[in-house]
Amino acid sequence: MSTEAVNNHNAHAHGHEHEHHDASDMKVFGFWVYLMTDCILFATIFATFAVLANSYAGGPTGAEIFELPFVLTETMILLVSSFTFGLASIAGHHGKKSSVLGWLFVTFLLGLSFIIMEIYEFHHLIAEGFGPHNSAFLSAFFTLVGTHGLHVTCGLIWLVVMMVQIKKNGLDTNNNTRMMNLSLFWHFLDIIWIFVFTVVYLLGVL
Amino acid sequence: MFGKLSLEAVPYHEPIIMGAIGFIILGGLAMAAALTYFRKWGYLWKEWLTSVDHKRLGVMYIIVAMVMLLRGFADAVMMRSQQAIANGANEGYLPPHHYDQIFTAHGVIMIFFMAMPFMIGLMNIVVPLQIGARDVAFPFLNSLSFWLFFAGVVLVNLSLGLGEFAKTGWLAYPPLSGIKYSPGVGVDYYIWALQISGIGTLLTGVNFFVTILKMRAPGMSLMKMPIFTWTILVTAVLIMAAFPILTATLGLLTLDRYLEMHFFTNDLGGNMMMYVNLIWAWGHPEVYILILPAFGIFSEVTATFCSKRLFGYTSMVYATAAIGFLSFIVWLHHFFTMGAGGNVNAFFGIATMVISIPTGVKIFNWLFTMYQGRVRFTTPILWTLGFLVTFSIGGMTGVLLAVPGADFVLHNSLFLIAHFHNVIIGGVVFGYLAGFTYWFPKAFGFTLNERLGKCAFWCWLVGFYFAFMPLYVLGFMGMTRRLNHYDNPEWQAYLIVAAIGAGIIALGIGFQLLQIVVSVMQRHKNRDVTGDPWGARTLEWSMSSPPPFYNFAHTPVVKERDAFWDMKENKDAYHTPQGYQKIHMPKNTAAGLTISAFSLVIGFALIWHIWWLAIVGTVGCLISVIVRMFNDDIDYYVPAEEVERIESEHLKNIANQA
Repeated sequence: MSTEAVNNHNAHAHGHEHEHHDASDMKVFGFWVYLMTDCILFATIFATFAVLANSYAGGPTGAEIFELPFVLTETMILLVSSFTFGLASIAGHHGKKSSVLGWLFVTFLLGLSFIIMEIYEFHHLIAEGFGPHNSAFLSAFFTLVGTHGLHVTCGLIWLVVMMVQIKKNGLDTNNNTRMMNLSLFWHFLDIIWIFVFTVVYLLGVL
Repeated sequence: MFGKLSLEAVPYHEPIIMGAIGFIILGGLAMAAALTYFRKWGYLWKEWLTSVDHKRLGVMYIIVAMVMLLRGFADAVMMRSQQAIANGANEGYLPPHHYDQIFTAHGVIMIFFMAMPFMIGLMNIVVPLQIGARDVAFPFLNSLSFWLFFAGVVLVNLSLGLGEFAKTGWLAYPPLSGIKYSPGVGVDYYIWALQISGIGTLLTGVNFFVTILKMRAPGMSLMKMPIFTWTILVTAVLIMAAFPILTATLGLLTLDRYLEMHFFTNDLGGNMMMYVNLIWAWGHPEVYILILPAFGIFSEVTATFCSKRLFGYTSMVYATAAIGFLSFIVWLHHFFTMGAGGNVNAFFGIATMVISIPTGVKIFNWLFTMYQGRVRFTTPILWTLGFLVTFSIGGMTGVLLAVPGADFVLHNSLFLIAHFHNVIIGGVVFGYLAGFTYWFPKAFGFTLNERLGKCAFWCWLVGFYFAFMPLYVLGFMGMTRRLNHYDNPEWQAYLIVAAIGAGIIALGIGFQLLQIVVSVMQRHKNRDVTGDPWGARTLEWSMSSPPPFYNFAHTPVVKERDAFWDMKENKDAYHTPQGYQKIHMPKNTAAGLTISAFSLVIGFALIWHIWWLAIVGTVGCLISVIVRMFNDDIDYYVPAEEVERIESEHLKNIANQA
């Protein structure tokens, strides 16, 4: 995110542009590596969920509390937001600033709807008496889904910052690099959600 | 308003703790007074605290590590003296609730706040220089990592005077560390100190991984990298793969404690052995994160002081990578007694023993490097020799413990304590102290006093054997770890010998400190003018000591493995280049410090359940990150004339010397 890089190679041998190009490459590579560590964080929480998936402790099972149509709607919204982010990226490649901003805004709205639906689901479950303190299964469920939700929330804040940055400075080198990183982040969260949907919800109601 | 925090949190009735706090406060005041008197606050702020220079950050890491070594060692002395006297009717001077905090703090401080920063400090100073880079890939991130780590240090030390520290042992196993059995703030201090500094470590791992893969000088292929850089590369991979597990595990424990969840509780489906599995899935790689860089240091030291190419470079690289891989498939040997069954235990027992093969390869490589070499018996090589003997013994007791049957008997006994101190002191500490002596002149421009360094080495070595060999025996005699009192007169003599050993190690630490003081006073006599005081082989010695802030005026071109040795052989070193160019550098920034300060506020607020303050901290953290994201004024150019002035001065000094 907000990191800068010192170019290793002789600044004079290459042009100014090339130098920035190298630095951008390194930032994207670094962010990609960071995402892989985030992936391990999720892997750990998935493993925990797998261990505790049947520890209902007399409480409800997944089949009893999950409402698949609702979650499917959530899933579709998030998948579409990945698509709209893709459209923002394409617009960025063509240097269409207003189009980038428009698609980022649509992505933001979709992401926000996803989070609101998730909060609604959590609130609903807790109100029904199925809060995370009722059983190990519920603890693991709330934590796994919640961790993903926290990431999406960070992504929403980042989206706002990104839109302001593009509005202010246009599609310059810095902002293009930031767009690349943000898109990696957003698509990564989408992939994680597909696993959440499969492992938690689909396998949960089987 | 202040959550659980009240004036009663200060342990007024504990004279030992209050004495320590008084000492810390007086020391802090003395330091502040000195800074004010010499008008150094501005210098400290501009040149050090806001610096993004990897060399400066490395020095700060090591200073903190050494201070924390003193704190962790004070804990060790208290434990040894308590056990030396607390037999039968004698209760000693440390009540259980205090003793339990001491052994927990000792372990946590020594691993997280002494060994880790020492290692990260050395790699900060050395790696960019070894690969011919201007800095690390992300200099600001590097500064952020340091300050996050420092926030963890502050929390651990706050726990001394405000509340308590965990009484759970250094890995805080539940259910003991759960809210039911540890309702106090001790475990919360533990969680947030480790969580915040752990994120710093993770970012360091990412940073050095990218640095080593992307910023090597032209010509330096992977198989031409110095071995120390190789070990840091593997260490960075281990950090990236292991530390997220720690973050997640501590996060789950946090949820158990704060939101009454049931991951690791006894009731409602919780599974405490899952915590033990998870924490060791991080914890075992962690010990290799500590030891692999030490192996790298020994490789550099051996090659340099034998004036010989390292024997078996390729096998060294593969051994390092193999150890890195194997470190992830042995975690269960920390709890064979869990009862996973014979086949599972056999797998992990064998996997553990297999690690001794690549490690043995390394030991023989160092021995064969020395064989027929002209070994110069300097302090770093003494540490290496001490390591070879001590670590081999520790390795053998490790293989013994890897036999599940033997482990069932020795589990949780002092034999285990003796074993891991044997490898950690004999391997990690000896290694870092060797590296400290070896690279000190590079960082500061003058060599350390050899005589005092040797005194420190011999005290450490002899003290180590006195302190830990009796513990092996006590383990066989059935003494378990973490006892603050016992009723067995047969044990006492051994524990007295161990206490004497701790005293000898104290002398070693004393000599080490004296060595620094004396060397600073004699710095004009021991000036390292050429930048190559040892006749060394790798690129960090090709520049002045201390190096200019931009490191290399011209990116070196690497042809051979020992790049600088090769340049010296071909009379290619120290030549005056044809002109200089301006150099692109990052600007200093206080952003890392600010973000970490708010993280510290978050940690403190959550420990004491001061919810409004936690919100303030979070908002502050978020705003300072966003402010940093909007800052595009992050770099500048050093003019070519400035570079020329600095470089010519160095070349002139070398000419005068010759």
